[in-house]
Amino acid sequence: MDSTATRVPTLPGLAIWLPRLEAVAIPVAALIAGLAVFSLFLLALGNSPIEFFSLVFKAAFGTAFSWKNTLSRVAPLLFAGLCVALPARLGLVVIGGEGAIALGGLAAAVTGVWLASLPGVVGLPAMAFAAMAVGGLWIGLVGLLRIKRGVNETIASLLMAYIAIALMNHLVEGMFRDPASLNKPSTAPLADALRVGNMPIGIEVHWGFGVGTIACVLCWVLTDRTTIGFAARIAGDNVRAAQVQGLPVAKLIVGFTTLGGAMAGLAGFFEVAAIHGSANASLVVGYGYTGILVAFLARHNPLAIIPVAILLAGFEASSGLIQRRMDLPDATILVMQGIVFVMLLLSETLYGRIKFFRPELWEDPR
Amino acid sequence: MTRISRRTLLASTGAVAATSLLPQTALAADELTVGFIYVGPKDDFGYNQAHAEGAAAVKAMDGVKVVEEENVPETVDVQSSMESMINFDGVKLLFPTSFGYFDPHILDIAPKHEGVRFQHAAGLWSADKHPTNVGSYFGYIGMGQYLNGITAGHATKTKKIGFVAAKPIPQVLLNINSFLLGARQVDPEITCQVIFTGEWSLAVKEAEATNALADQGCDVITCHVDGPKVVMETAAARDALICGYHANQSPLAPEKYLTGAEWNWAGVYTGMVKTAMEGGTIDNFVRGGLADGFIKMSPLGPAVSDAARKQYDATKAKIMAGGFAAIKGPLKDNAGNVIAAAGQSFVEDDIALESMDYLVEGVIGSTS
Repeated sequence: MDSTATRVPTLPGLAIWLPRLEAVAIPVAALIAGLAVFSLFLLALGNSPIEFFSLVFKAAFGTAFSWKNTLSRVAPLLFAGLCVALPARLGLVVIGGEGAIALGGLAAAVTGVWLASLPGVVGLPAMAFAAMAVGGLWIGLVGLLRIKRGVNETIASLLMAYIAIALMNHLVEGMFRDPASLNKPSTAPLADALRVGNMPIGIEVHWGFGVGTIACVLCWVLTDRTTIGFAARIAGDNVRAAQVQGLPVAKLIVGFTTLGGAMAGLAGFFEVAAIHGSANASLVVGYGYTGILVAFLARHNPLAIIPVAILLAGFEASSGLIQRRMDLPDATILVMQGIVFVMLLLSETLYGRIKFFRPELWEDPR
Repeated sequence: MTRISRRTLLASTGAVAATSLLPQTALAADELTVGFIYVGPKDDFGYNQAHAEGAAAVKAMDGVKVVEEENVPETVDVQSSMESMINFDGVKLLFPTSFGYFDPHILDIAPKHEGVRFQHAAGLWSADKHPTNVGSYFGYIGMGQYLNGITAGHATKTKKIGFVAAKPIPQVLLNINSFLLGARQVDPEITCQVIFTGEWSLAVKEAEATNALADQGCDVITCHVDGPKVVMETAAARDALICGYHANQSPLAPEKYLTGAEWNWAGVYTGMVKTAMEGGTIDNFVRGGLADGFIKMSPLGPAVSDAARKQYDATKAKIMAGGFAAIKGPLKDNAGNVIAAAGQSFVEDDIALESMDYLVEGVIGSTS
């Protein structure tokens, strides 16, 4: 006790930075361990890990086109990651972002058709708002079910995603169908003024990447730099303690799930406004589920979601070149992601156990 | 006189440097690199396998290099895959094979790569709207389902046949209607129960639908989903006979397999690649049926009777001769509306068939 009290003030920098370093070092080590295990898998199949990883690097980050390929995939992963990470701050495991993406995209498309004559300055925010409102409502409902009826949010969000996708398909094939979309039922195409363009950064990457990055930063400010975020973390760590302290746990749950859903809705908005130009079944391609992986890899830290999403997008961007050059099946990248994910879950048990990162435990053995 | 300015010099040395960075495979003198992109797995016994079989035929040609990617969704992913093939592999001819790749993805990418030809499987290209380096090709496979129907009509004992369908879109509806109308050439009392799964690839629902059809007494079953494997195996396990679709599924249940409506992309693709290699221009819009070699039928299975074989051969000969119509009057839809008056007929390339929104009389099911 004495030694800790005397030591820590002498090492203020280390005392602050080592635990933070731990939060980076452990996931990075898990990533490297995962890639090492995956290399064994490749060797067992008779393939060269060196060739594999150099192809991944080339396809994901090696040329200007590779960066475009990678960054253009990042936007939905950022938003879908936030949809998991925000409720996770309260200890809620929400895995149904896919549904909010589908319905958010549909809401954006329908609003866009409805406001077709408006200029983009008005129309685009309206579409984004509609997407956020619908997505927020959908996941917010999961939070509400949790506090009102004690329904498990993981199961509820997953099942509600199925309902959302079915609802979107039903509406796209029925009420909101563009009669001209014969063999791929879609909503009517958006006017050019209501399309989201590319960012002026020299490579063709649409604004979803920029807005998603800003959203991650803002969410980080909320969770790590405000009293609301602090209250949410307390409720996540120990809900009874939070209630005893008089924290508004119910409001926090509804608020964070709603915000997470709104982020997923934005993913749908950008898919519709920047990529597809209408809502259809192509909104449902699994971004919501990849978002789970993103959030867990980022340990639910909104800021860490940015590099993690770029890394995962890079892996996906390299999938094609791997198939073509090494003649490996498309599932190879999935296997790699799976192994990394398992390693990461295993590494969760290491926190607080490595003495190096805990200066307060650096006592002389007596 | 050519003046060498600093700018042109920099540009040309830059170009040389860039070329030397290109993968060595990209620029072998007379080799044509062709790219194929599939929305599902190459071995799905269905839509994607049919295209992959075409790609395999191209691969066997001299002076051609083929690169392939499977499981590419109809999102920004396919745009990246196309550009990656162009940038890293030097692909000059692309076959992105899924319907949803066209708009907006091919239409976004094609104008940026004028030296590359994009060939898309569907009839979506139109001269006044779309770039000239894009082309459409497709086959009239409904006639294959009509022939399937003839073998089914002879084989059914319950006079009930079944159809597992993905979505109620014109192409699928034409297949369902053709299947029943083929069967009704044998016996006008036959009915066809259809179940829509709502998705192109959703194995669980496909199995449920097949079981539901078998439960209702359908003893010949076919389908239009991306990968017919689940439907075929489930139906055969329920002791129903099966008619194939997209590719040849007879290896899955050889005794139960009557015949199947297959794409014949090998012929189409090798023809197009040959044209490209000879420096010719591939037509922007091509379609064809059985007679043009765009589609083919699986060999008849052991469960096909002699009477069935006779009628099948006779009808096939009529189709090959041209002008044959499966959809012809007098014909009503299953809600009683007149589709075609007596004497009216829709030949396979009739544009009216491409906006089909009805199920004909005798099909049990609804489009919505």
